[in-house]
Order: sequence, then structure tokens, then C-alpha cells
Amino acid sequence: MVRGHRVIQAFCDWLSNTPVSLKIQTILWIIPAVQTVHILSVSFVMASMAMLDLRLMGIAGKRQPIARMVDRFVPWVWRVLLILATTGAILIVGEPERELLNSMFRAKMAMLATVLVITFVVQRRSNRDAQFWETRRVAATAVGCVSLLLWVGIVSAGRWIAYM
Amino acid sequence: MSILRLCAWLENTQVATSIRESTWLFPTVETIHVLCILIVVGSIAMFDLRLLNLSSRDRSVTEVYDDVMPWTRAAFVGAVIAGGLLFSSSATKYYHNVPFRLKMLTLLLAGLNTAYFEFWTRRSIADWNNAPRTPLSVRLAGGISLALWILVVACGRWIGFTK
Repeated sequence: MVRGHRVIQAFCDWLSNTPVSLKIQTILWIIPAVQTVHILSVSFVMASMAMLDLRLMGIAGKRQPIARMVDRFVPWVWRVLLILATTGAILIVGEPERELLNSMFRAKMAMLATVLVITFVVQRRSNRDAQFWETRRVAATAVGCVSLLLWVGIVSAGRWIAYM
Repeated sequence: MSILRLCAWLENTQVATSIRESTWLFPTVETIHVLCILIVVGSIAMFDLRLLNLSSRDRSVTEVYDDVMPWTRAAFVGAVIAGGLLFSSSATKYYHNVPFRLKMLTLLLAGLNTAYFEFWTRRSIADWNNAPRTPLSVRLAGGISLALWILVVACGRWIGFTK
């Protein structure tokens, strides 16, 4: 554990001295601008996933079949995720220690990995059988609830990175 | 009473003092503020993209509106309450803050754009509700709204980088 920490610390030291990182550190508007793009992308994913999760739970958008909503939202979530990964990577390169040595950042990444697996499964099942989630009310409600809680957790942990 | 005196009174209230002096209250209220804004901006963007003919073209404008707006309204109320609490914690400081003022101005413009759409443009909704391609006035309403909300988020983030 201690050794792992030292390895990450060494990596942060190296990364923060690379020309790209130094450039990001000297140009003051880069971090706020990239954070703004990151947050706008999160709002897109968050609103889409909240609609889908609430639909899975049977709370919102009942006029549309679940499979239709999956088709409507999830492909966009994957695309916007690329923007999130890119902007997130720029933020890490600019301030490696702030992110990589931060327990909130690690919690965020763990929750993100979990929710992405869940989203992938939801999409796959729905694509193979449009009735899959419609006929499994309890499972759909549970999956929607867990996914929504994870997204709320991801956003919260993201905001708390700044306070650790 | 002048606005500055109102700010001074506000930041001396019990609630404002607690938020300012606590280590965890400000980030917690801020997290709620961010969560609400994400829902507001994301859901409004869904509706704006429909007005711009860029998404949900197979659904009527009113159908998208009815699906999205209850959540937008609820989240907006949450964002205003949480935002008001954050403001109260250092009211005078925020009152003088340029990005904060720009954010309020942008918010006002977004409100005026919405009011114009609701009371004027929407009157002819029967003509374009189901149309895959909406008229220019409707597309403008969507485009302006989307641009203004992007600015609201940018100004909001900018506040955190100023003293």
C-alpha cells in the first residue's frame, strides 16, 4: 500500500514536470475552461441517465418503451464519455497530485467503472430483447435505482475532489 | 435599504454564518447546487435540441416538453435554494464578483428568452408541434437558450476561480 502510494507519487512528480503539464499550469484559463466543458458533458450524461433510470424505475417517461429510451440515450452517453475522458485526462495532466492521490477521485473512478458496466449490460439486454426490462419490473427498478445513486455519487465525489 | 446593506444583513444570519464557518456545509450545499444545475441544463438541452431539430424528431415538441419540464422545474427550484444559501454565506463578496454578476445576467436573459417563447412563439405551436423541421423563430429560441445555459455554467465555474 505504502509502496503503491510512492509509485503514484513518483508518477505525479514525473507527469507534473512534463512540457504538456507545465504548459497547462502556466496558462491560467485552461483548467477552468476544460472543467466547464467537462461539467457540461456531465450534465448531458447525468440528465440522459437520470431519465433512463427513472424510466427503468417506472417513474418518468412512461409513454416511451424502455428499449426506445435506451436507443435514444445510451449511444450518446458513450460518445459524450469520450469528451469526458479527454477533458478529464487534461485535468489530470495539469494537476496530477490533485487527482491521482485523492481518495474522492478514486471513489469517483470506482463508481464510474461500476455504473458503466451496469449501463453496458442494460443496453445489451435491451438490444437483444426489447421486452427484457419491461417484463422484469423488480430487476429494472433495482438497476435504475443503483445506477441513479451511482451517478449522484460520481458527481458528488467529483465536486469533493476540490475539498480533500 | 440598499442592496449592500441587504447583503451585510444576509451574511450575518444564523444560516449564512453556519455555512461559512463549517468545514463540510459549503461543499455539501454546493454539491446539491451542482446536481440540480446538471439536471436543469441537461434537461433543457434535450428540449432545446428538439426545437433545433437535432434530436427526438420523431416526437412532438409538446411530448418532449411534458417529459422533461417537470424535472427541470423541480431541479431549478433546488438550484435556486441551494444557490441562495451559498450566496448568503459571503453575500457581499459575491455581490462584487464579476463572474457572479455575469451569471445572474445570463440567467435573466435565459428567463426572458423562455418568457418570449412561452407567451409569443408558442402561440403557433399547432403549426409546428409535429413537424420534423421547426420554423426559424422556434429554432432561434432553442439555440439562444442552449447558448445562454452554457454561459451560466461557464460563469458559475469561473466564480470558483476568483477571489
